[in-house]
Amino acid sequence: MDVPDGLRYTDDHEWLRVEGDAGLVGITAYAADQLGDIVFVELPAVGARFERGKTFGVVESVKAVSDLFAPVAGEVTEVNPALADQPELVNTEPYGAGWLVRLRLSDPAQADALKDAAAYREMTKAG
Amino acid sequence: MRRTSLYDRHAAAGARLIEFGGWEMPVQYTGILEEHRAVRQAAGLFDLSHMGELYVEGPGAAAALAYALVSDPGRLAIGRAQYSLICAPDGGLIDDLIVYRLAEERFFVVPNAGNREVVTEAVRERLAGFEARLDDASLRTALLAVQGPRAQGIVAPLVDTDLGTLRYYGITQARVAGTDALLARTGYTGEDGFELFVPWDAAPPLWDTLMAQGSGVGLVPVGLGARDTLRLEAGMPLYGNELDRTVNPFEAGLGRVVRLDKPGDFVGRAALEAVLARPLSRTLVGLVLRERGVARHGYPLFAPAAAATPTGIVTSGSVSPTLGVSIAMAYVPPEASAVGTMEAVAIRDGRVAAEVVALPFYVRPR
Repeated sequence: MDVPDGLRYTDDHEWLRVEGDAGLVGITAYAADQLGDIVFVELPAVGARFERGKTFGVVESVKAVSDLFAPVAGEVTEVNPALADQPELVNTEPYGAGWLVRLRLSDPAQADALKDAAAYREMTKAG
Repeated sequence: MRRTSLYDRHAAAGARLIEFGGWEMPVQYTGILEEHRAVRQAAGLFDLSHMGELYVEGPGAAAALAYALVSDPGRLAIGRAQYSLICAPDGGLIDDLIVYRLAEERFFVVPNAGNREVVTEAVRERLAGFEARLDDASLRTALLAVQGPRAQGIVAPLVDTDLGTLRYYGITQARVAGTDALLARTGYTGEDGFELFVPWDAAPPLWDTLMAQGSGVGLVPVGLGARDTLRLEAGMPLYGNELDRTVNPFEAGLGRVVRLDKPGDFVGRAALEAVLARPLSRTLVGLVLRERGVARHGYPLFAPAAAATPTGIVTSGSVSPTLGVSIAMAYVPPEASAVGTMEAVAIRDGRVAAEVVALPFYVRPR
């Protein structure tokens, strides 16, 4: 399963791409594959603030409902508008067109506590 | 957990396996949506060997089944089948099942996997006093289903019988790819298709033969995930969702199955006659969501939308792969059950508008 270098990963299978004091958030290819065909994504409003680890949305596959957890604290500055009509992008391009939200990071240093690609690969290999 | 004789085929095909009714079964192979569309547009191959298979035979078999079930299997012609229900004495549903008449004194009953033991026990008890005996063949009988518009073209070259003469809800003894089978034109997908009951160990080579015959025209293996979305689009109830011990057939919209006009008593008759004498307290409806969201089993429902508290409950729901909208079945008060009534599904912290529509959601083109 694809785990790009340069991203940060959570134990809950979100990824974070740090871009200065901003960050792009999605779910990993592993998570998308485990969920199966994603048919609905519920995302927060722009301006919403989340603490690290708090639920910021929901992805639903045909069979399952799964919460999305904020990998780091931040304020939502953008949500992926394409997912309303094409939730399947989360399956087909989990690290690209299937991104979920862009955050203004409250504390960019929080990202350092997340797993790097090697550690996430190790975790999903074992699990 | 039990495994069917096709377990190795599922593993080799990369299936994701889940527990279902005490069995380790494939929920999907390549993906639920892709498998669902294959059945609607071409054909799908299902392993349903977890289902129960009971033979009831003897001079009193027809009378015994008429006592045990709410329908009247004695009215079936040989080679025909009927959808039926088995109720508890209080009228609650023990299971839904298909009854096939194989001969004057020989019937074949197919209950759900998870209810096989309770149905077997109930039928066995109810046969007492009739000249009939029960043979539970479930663990030596495999079931493969080929469903979809191309099913007949795939199965026809492999059988020694003319499928053109086998009508919907018909069954016949046949040779299929060199094995003895009961071949029925039944299914749970809303498509044309066939169910092949064969000896347990005959299933793996038959699976291979069917795949070889059909893969060129789009036949793919289909798991229980797509089976669920297919039956939901077709408006077919699922035991454990729409049907359970607290539900009676009339609430479930299955009153046509209950033959109160048949002679003699049957288990549940008094309770069901009493149910009919009063207004129903709830009824099963189809819903299409008119706002974004997915209604799921157990979600509360405001029915109608203006209700102060939840008055209904969602029994099944999914995005419909064929229709591209979010659909559901739900129990609602009869006064909120008319087509066009607006309801509201409670989804997490919000309410999502839903409209009552006629069932089924999907009817195959003919």
